[in-house]
Amino acid sequence: MSLAMSNITRRFGQTEVLRGIDLDVAKGELIALLGPSGSGKTTLLRIIAGLDWPDAGNLSFEGQDWLLKTAAQRKIGMVFQHYALFPHMTVRENIAFGLTVLPRAQRPGKAQIAETVQRLLTFLQISQLADRYPSELSGGQRQRVALGRAMAIEPRVLLLDEPFGALDAQVRRDLRRWLRSVHDSAGITTIFVTHDQEEAFELADRVVVMNGGVIEQIGRPDQIYDHPATPFVARFLGLTVELPVVMKAGRAEAAGFDLTALPRRALPEGPATLFLRPADIQPVADPAAPFHLTEISSTGALLRVVAESDSGCRIEAEVPRRDGHGLETGMNVSLCAVAGQIFPGLASQRASSPVAAETTPHALKENRL
Amino acid sequence: MKPAVVPGALAPREKQTASRLLIGLAVAVTAVIIVVPLIYIFWRALADGFGVFAQNILDPNTLHAVWLTALVALITVPVNIVIGLAAAWLIARFTFPGRKLLLTVIELPFSISPIIAGVCYLLLYGRQGLLGPMLADADIQILFALPGIVLVTLFVTAPFVTREVLPLMQAQGSEQEQAALTLGASGFQIFRLVTLPNIRWALVYGAVLASARAIGEFGAVSVVSGSIRGQTNTLPLQIELLFNDLNIVGAFAAASTLTLLALVTMLIKTLVEGRTKSD
Repeated sequence: MSLAMSNITRRFGQTEVLRGIDLDVAKGELIALLGPSGSGKTTLLRIIAGLDWPDAGNLSFEGQDWLLKTAAQRKIGMVFQHYALFPHMTVRENIAFGLTVLPRAQRPGKAQIAETVQRLLTFLQISQLADRYPSELSGGQRQRVALGRAMAIEPRVLLLDEPFGALDAQVRRDLRRWLRSVHDSAGITTIFVTHDQEEAFELADRVVVMNGGVIEQIGRPDQIYDHPATPFVARFLGLTVELPVVMKAGRAEAAGFDLTALPRRALPEGPATLFLRPADIQPVADPAAPFHLTEISSTGALLRVVAESDSGCRIEAEVPRRDGHGLETGMNVSLCAVAGQIFPGLASQRASSPVAAETTPHALKENRL
Repeated sequence: MKPAVVPGALAPREKQTASRLLIGLAVAVTAVIIVVPLIYIFWRALADGFGVFAQNILDPNTLHAVWLTALVALITVPVNIVIGLAAAWLIARFTFPGRKLLLTVIELPFSISPIIAGVCYLLLYGRQGLLGPMLADADIQILFALPGIVLVTLFVTAPFVTREVLPLMQAQGSEQEQAALTLGASGFQIFRLVTLPNIRWALVYGAVLASARAIGEFGAVSVVSGSIRGQTNTLPLQIELLFNDLNIVGAFAAASTLTLLALVTMLIKTLVEGRTKSD
């Protein structure tokens, strides 16, 4: 185990920002800390970096207690959200910084530093920017320089705080792939913080979902996507339809719903809550069913369908447009759930109304400066 | 940097006479209040010819005043830079009880009349003052000597460096310094390689303002210096003295020297301002 955290707790005044974090990171892994703002993910990153200290808990790297070491002694490479490049230095000088500040005895010769910087510039595909100043670079280019500066000291762990947060969508996607390839060829253990689910899932080997200072779930992206461990994770991953159901012999039942496609669950008899993605609900024409369609709108690829029951239950579903040409408003349908996640008991009373669905975007917006 | 909207572009055409009138008025007021008196100083100083002017400037007492003023500035400005930087850094980078209070205390000299500062020092260090007897026993002369002048000048100029540097440090935040820290830089390296280059022009600007004030300070210094000719007379005091002696040419000659010093400082300030903006 390369990096080990146990029971890390951090308080700012009365606010508990981290409430007992346990996390092990293997050598060479790429880990995403995913969560909404205020979940404590950046604080955890800063504690690993040595820029903040926990009130309780342990942090060790390959058996060494890192809480006894300063940020400089830990040799971590930190990439800040707004890059924090030194504005009065060229790209080359920025990248060389970590080497030029070494004590004379450990400092490589000038030629050797220049060679290391040149190698990094080539590796990160920014050789043509070497003599520019940060103010002359675009956001994506600054990001690359910031990573180069962090990698120059041959860090044991690379930490990135919202690495793509300040970039526009296209640059963000390009840089994501680029970062993955950099990680794969350099093999540095990497932890990055993000509030964007897509970013975390595309980039990371394992995703750590955080909320309110605790870890909600750790797992591979597919694992988390298919089996969210808690109602929070389910909502965060877009399972926005919350349906009260009754468990009978391991199967969930709800009026007007066909839930036989869901696997049996070893849950106690009685009330439970089923979380569904709108895309995993299929309306099937059924004259006897309690639901009727009240709205159908197209987004091009998808039809957004709203079904309402006589008892006032309102369900939103998404159907591929080519499969939905038989659907008309007013027709009676039963709803067939293809996949979903069941949690025992009644989750918070969030009606599955379109409003609730819209206020839970897949990537929670976070705007920090 | 060009403004997005040309000034006056929104004003209707027919109002141009009014705007010309207002501009003319502003120019006239500026001339009467600032430009004419400045020119008059040099004109009066040179009224009896350059020979008399030079003779007055080279008067030992006036020369000593120039030297003393420069000395006071040379002592107070570096002290201001060090203390001002330290205070700005403390206030910008740390939260501690009394942070707001410290900021208020640093800015206090802006709102206190310099003469009050002088009187305070008089009451504190004077023979009948709080520390007077102790100082007299130790044979330390503070009032009516260089230390007193330096102390009150420090009091008066204390806010300048902090006021210029602090907003910049607060706006920039500490991310760059944290980055340098994770890259292995020592505290002194961070200061020299990251913090200082970022605030250098604000620092120079603050220092220029502080020196302008140190050179020109009259009220506080006049209370504590004792105005001993050729000993504790700074240039502004010397001017007043010459004026009271009815040596008009002498007074204006000294005044022109002081004005020249002030103009040079302001020129440096303007150059620095240009630099700050282009950064």
